[in-house]
Amino acid sequence: MDKKEIEYIANLSRIELTEAEKEVFIHQLSNILSYIEKLNTLDTENIKPLAHTMNASNVFREDKPESSISREDVFINATAKIDTFFKVPKVIE
Amino acid sequence: MKLLESNSLQIKKKIVSRELHSTDIVRHLFERIKNLEPDIQAYITTTEEEALKKAIEIDKKIENNQQVGLLAGIPIAIKDNICTKNISTTCASKILKDFMPPYDAFVTKRLKEEDAIIIGKTNLDEFAMGSSTENSRYKITRNPWNVEYVPGGSSGGSAAAVAADMAFMALGSDTGGSVRQPAALCGIVGVKPTYGRVSRYGLVAFGSSLDQIGTLTKNVKDAAVLLQVIAGYDPRDSTSLQVPVPDYLDNINSGVNGLRIGIPNEYFTEGLHSDVNKAIKDALKIYEKLGANIVYLSLPHTEYAVAVYYIVANAEASSNLARYDGVRYGHRTNNARGIIDMYSRTRSEGFGSEVKRRIMLGNYALSSGYYDAYYLKASKVRTLIKNDFDNAFEKIDCIICPTSPVPGFKVGERANNPLQMYLSDIYTIPANLAGIPGISIPCGFSSDGLPIGMQILGKHFEEKRLLQIAYAFEQETDFHLKKPALRVPLRQR
Repeated sequence: MDKKEIEYIANLSRIELTEAEKEVFIHQLSNILSYIEKLNTLDTENIKPLAHTMNASNVFREDKPESSISREDVFINATAKIDTFFKVPKVIE
Repeated sequence: MKLLESNSLQIKKKIVSRELHSTDIVRHLFERIKNLEPDIQAYITTTEEEALKKAIEIDKKIENNQQVGLLAGIPIAIKDNICTKNISTTCASKILKDFMPPYDAFVTKRLKEEDAIIIGKTNLDEFAMGSSTENSRYKITRNPWNVEYVPGGSSGGSAAAVAADMAFMALGSDTGGSVRQPAALCGIVGVKPTYGRVSRYGLVAFGSSLDQIGTLTKNVKDAAVLLQVIAGYDPRDSTSLQVPVPDYLDNINSGVNGLRIGIPNEYFTEGLHSDVNKAIKDALKIYEKLGANIVYLSLPHTEYAVAVYYIVANAEASSNLARYDGVRYGHRTNNARGIIDMYSRTRSEGFGSEVKRRIMLGNYALSSGYYDAYYLKASKVRTLIKNDFDNAFEKIDCIICPTSPVPGFKVGERANNPLQMYLSDIYTIPANLAGIPGISIPCGFSSDGLPIGMQILGKHFEEKRLLQIAYAFEQETDFHLKKPALRVPLRQR
């Protein structure tokens, strides 16, 4: 893993890294990835991937309206709001 | 002092029989918390006022001969990644510093319904990412047995609180061993139920195909009663399963005569501390004396579990943690140029370095061109690991192995080496990958006086059998009754 890749992944992750952090992460992530390489010694050609250990599939429910938390409660943790809207910086230049 | 050393069921009995007032216990407990917290650092938030209010309510109910719940008057701590209405839930992260959940998690609601007394929210590795509780953005929890050592993690605050008698029981969460490993390092009982046994509604998501809420208690019967309360189907968690919940205390003393215990060779290889090895081998002799049979077997894909886990868990974490954008809740940066910049700065300020590392790893494994090589490959090897357990359970009833390869490690010892830290969970991760239940119980002490944990793994939904097996051992030994020699100021009785 190199600096270019770190910057690409940081951008995908919406995380800003300092130059020093980039250096540390290149080293640490490379170490971890080379450890993970050991999976390639296994032949998994005919093995199905596992997502849910109990083989549950999609769970559906009746489309019945139910009460939920109140509108006031939805906003108690918002940093910025106007009336019943969350306020964010300008999206379109 | 002795009063606070009692287990949960003893305390409940005394309250219900009117030998003790719930309020007196709560007062004693908070006195102890105030004395010990500067050394142990187990709690992020304590809720003394609300706890006393609840205690008064319970005392009144008992006085009026009203019916009380299964956990009546028992003071309980909750890991700070489980939502508690109107009590802040931080995940030990700056990004959720002032987050006030507008609702209770399923398990929180159940505790309240059964008259438990919530005394506070415990420290953890940020977003439960870690094995030492050093990754918290607020404090480093210490092991009550030796404050130079970590309590394990990520439920280190819950484990330390119970071990130091600063709570009678606690809830944690276990994605790769985060209940069992700290239970082992702190000398208490930790249960990770089957994936789907306990609703995760209101548990802040980390690795959604692995996360499960578990119990930390002073003994096996306390674990049985707490699991009784939190287990069960909940339509609000689509991974919770409609399987009947048995009575966990009923027949808990049914013994282990004829039980087939599997010992996986791969768990007793290099890297296993000799004190841990000896403690487990001694424990097996006790089981044999009680009529169990030991069967040596192989779980051939064990060595791949950590690699699979750090792809699957981090891939899921990178998606789950995408929700922290500073818009609807949590920290938001003060200086942003435009919305993308706001997201990036908010997240960079809000997350600690281990969380950033894991988000980066997860996004790398899911990114275009790497998905097949990492995420898909790991998911396939996960099938092989689950098949190992399925094959083993055709010949045996349970597996016994160490919970942690070492009795403990010192604060700071592994903090700068993420890979070495990840390998702390080598014996606990496979159960999460396979979705099976596990319990860690105290089974000895190292030459340095640190507790050692033994892990018992079972088939899906066989928690009741695991509790019986654990209880049989507990009846023969007194490791669970040993207490750390904490420096308690003389003014406390």
